[in-house]
Amino acid sequence: MPEEYRLILKNADADGYTPDIKCYLKHGGYEALAKVLKMRGRTVDDKKFTAQEYLREEVKRSGLRGRGGAGFSCGLKWSFVDRRSGKPIYLICNADESEPGTFKDRQIIHKDPHQLIEGMIISCWANDVNLAYIYIRGEFPEGARILENALAEARKKNFLGKNICDSGYDLEIHVHRGAGAYICGEETGLIESLEGKRAYPRIKPPYFPAVLGLYMCPTIVNNVETLCGVKHIVEMGADKFATLGTPNNTGTRIVSLSGHVKRPGYYEIEVGKATLGELIYHENFGGGLREGRTLKAIVPGGSSAKVFKAGEKFKLKKRLPDGKMEENEVDLLDLPYDFDSLMSAGSMSGSGAIIVMDDSTDIVAALANLSEFYAHESCGQCTPCREGSLWMSKALHRLSHGEGRKADADYLTGIAKNIQGRTICAFGEACSWPVLSFVGKFKDEFEARGEADEKARDSGAA
Amino acid sequence: MSFKVPKKLGDEIDERITHYPVKRSATLMLLHAIQEHFGYVSQEAIEWIAAKLELQPLNVYEVVTFYPMFRQEPAGKYVIKVCRTLSCMLGGSHDLFKDLCKSLKLDPNKHGLQTTKDGRFSIEFVECLASCGTAPVMMINEDFHEAVTTEHAKGLLSKCK
Repeated sequence: MPEEYRLILKNADADGYTPDIKCYLKHGGYEALAKVLKMRGRTVDDKKFTAQEYLREEVKRSGLRGRGGAGFSCGLKWSFVDRRSGKPIYLICNADESEPGTFKDRQIIHKDPHQLIEGMIISCWANDVNLAYIYIRGEFPEGARILENALAEARKKNFLGKNICDSGYDLEIHVHRGAGAYICGEETGLIESLEGKRAYPRIKPPYFPAVLGLYMCPTIVNNVETLCGVKHIVEMGADKFATLGTPNNTGTRIVSLSGHVKRPGYYEIEVGKATLGELIYHENFGGGLREGRTLKAIVPGGSSAKVFKAGEKFKLKKRLPDGKMEENEVDLLDLPYDFDSLMSAGSMSGSGAIIVMDDSTDIVAALANLSEFYAHESCGQCTPCREGSLWMSKALHRLSHGEGRKADADYLTGIAKNIQGRTICAFGEACSWPVLSFVGKFKDEFEARGEADEKARDSGAA
Repeated sequence: MSFKVPKKLGDEIDERITHYPVKRSATLMLLHAIQEHFGYVSQEAIEWIAAKLELQPLNVYEVVTFYPMFRQEPAGKYVIKVCRTLSCMLGGSHDLFKDLCKSLKLDPNKHGLQTTKDGRFSIEFVECLASCGTAPVMMINEDFHEAVTTEHAKGLLSKCK
């Protein structure tokens, strides 16, 4: 039976569990940090590792992939850091949580802030970081206060500050608040924002944060949930962590389920151990659609992920133990909820946010809603995105307000195709993928709407 | 300059600046502190922050105009933010927003922040507030309210004196 596996949220909702340090310590808090600070260098297979190098190898071996959206290997990301520049290395926790549909990081921040802080201290130690920031979205004023209190508590106990727990290691962490801009979730935009500027993403190359990040120094940007994962890797060991989930999709992840299900909410699962269908219909998760409704569409990984249409089937390739590839036909609802399966099905699990739409949904209005979001949030730096996102939003507005044309469907697709791949950051894809997939998969509805509008205008004119 | 920052706020601001190796980084945090205290960011405040961080006023002004949360005009005593984005829309936030605008005698089709004549309430239809599982959600000043019905919201507003 598919069920939740609570690792990161193990304590968060437990009776009597509070966000203060006393409660955290009582539940084994900061023991992973103590373990790390005692680690010594070692030799494995004739290769010498410092304690920090060894922990970085552990994180790589655990298979932990970023939980913010891209699903990139955390250990690999750390390995790109330029450690020879002589410049300080910074770490930033991305707590911007701005992808529509996502509400997982706020659970950690509000209910178990010390877990994040411990994960951050360990990650900073492993990467020789002495100054780190938590970039939290402006709309979480309470979350920012909770984190500042928690940091002050940690400072008092000498888990932060100079010579942490007599280890000789110094670290300071500060909270930095955003101010309502979605683009600050993009790591280079976030860095610009932390530098006190407009959050204009930087072009890569050359501005890879691992080399030229905050103040042009090597910088690591990790999501809240990813940093918590690091703490658990230390606690249980990389090998044990890697047994959670499925191969190449290890550990747990918190799924944010919203929209037309009976029990929307956040559910922590072993990655890939529940299918999309189970997450929506099983009584342990979404509990199914509202009475008398049927499924229409699923946005599987935050609003930028390409939409799935109910009833879709996919041909997925799977590598067998003998190395041969096998192709299977898989129903949409049987897709394991992991990084790789969703990518093979043409979308992504992104930030782990599933938005469910039943047959009562006006699909044109739903896309119009998302496009308005992107038009509002484009930073305005690149012309295709700045102009294109607004054109798409305007066309969808008229289409959802009785002023459409049949040709609007193709018009929208044309604009979207001219944005993707032509912008500095991935926002170009984020705003065009919903349009390409909604219009592509529900084209008859978009055309019918435009055609009906045209007819109504013609008969009105006559 | 008539713009005066009280000592306590000034001390808090000075402490904030020490969090960064480069002063300019404190821009957003200073704007938050100023807006929380004065209710908005005035031209004088922009010039004050710029002087404090050794920047040109333009450097601060461009930040104020970029981020949706900063406002250059006073808002009502209670600022209501209703989430507009998809999950909340599916949960009925558009009707909620219309109903609230109607009861406050404001225009639901107008973009941006609107304030009632008596200056008590401001309302804005904003993008995702990241609590999609309890849609529709709204904020009144810094307080979050989840799974809000029109009735529930009107009850909340009646308590805002």
